[in-house]
Amino acid sequence: METKSNKYETTERKNVWHVAYWTAGWCLTIAIATFGPIFLWDYNSTISIVAILVSTIIGVGMILVNRKYINGLDEMHRKVNIEAMAIAFGVSMVGGLSYSMFDIANVISIDAEIGHLILLTGITYFIAFIIGSIRYK
Amino acid sequence: MKNRIKVLRAERNMTQEDLAIEVQVSRQTINAIENGKFDPSLPLAFKISRLFELAIEDIFHDD
Repeated sequence: METKSNKYETTERKNVWHVAYWTAGWCLTIAIATFGPIFLWDYNSTISIVAILVSTIIGVGMILVNRKYINGLDEMHRKVNIEAMAIAFGVSMVGGLSYSMFDIANVISIDAEIGHLILLTGITYFIAFIIGSIRYK
Repeated sequence: MKNRIKVLRAERNMTQEDLAIEVQVSRQTINAIENGKFDPSLPLAFKISRLFELAIEDIFHDD
């Protein structure tokens, strides 16, 4: 018979894998929707719309699975994750807007892209999560 | 917030993992609570107190 602990750990592990699958799927559909018009369907609008809609639907699924993962964590791990997300959100807002203003003012030579913001969010979340995990160790 | 979980566990020959199993959290969470790095929620504190058959204030107390 499965113990309670195994049940908790199994559920957490399962949720992590679900998040990983959905995130990978979302990234794949983004790549298809981004590069498909150039390399696969020669800017056919109908196919592009379908590809973008599929990507959006997969993205919504990823959000729901991520929410389930957070809710399935125990309270300390949930706190670590929520703090990391709060920091990542704040850094993205402040850093992203500052970066954009630098671009508008022509202070920087490169264009501010949404990809840079997503990268900043991801890296900030990862660092904040590691620091949070160490703090409660 | 300080607590007597480590002592109570030792009296009952329980490991952190055993306690984690009983109250359905991770072993790391039990470790953080024992070391005073994380304060448990009221529901979790009640679960722990029920397990040890003690009142919450007999287990947890202010610094």
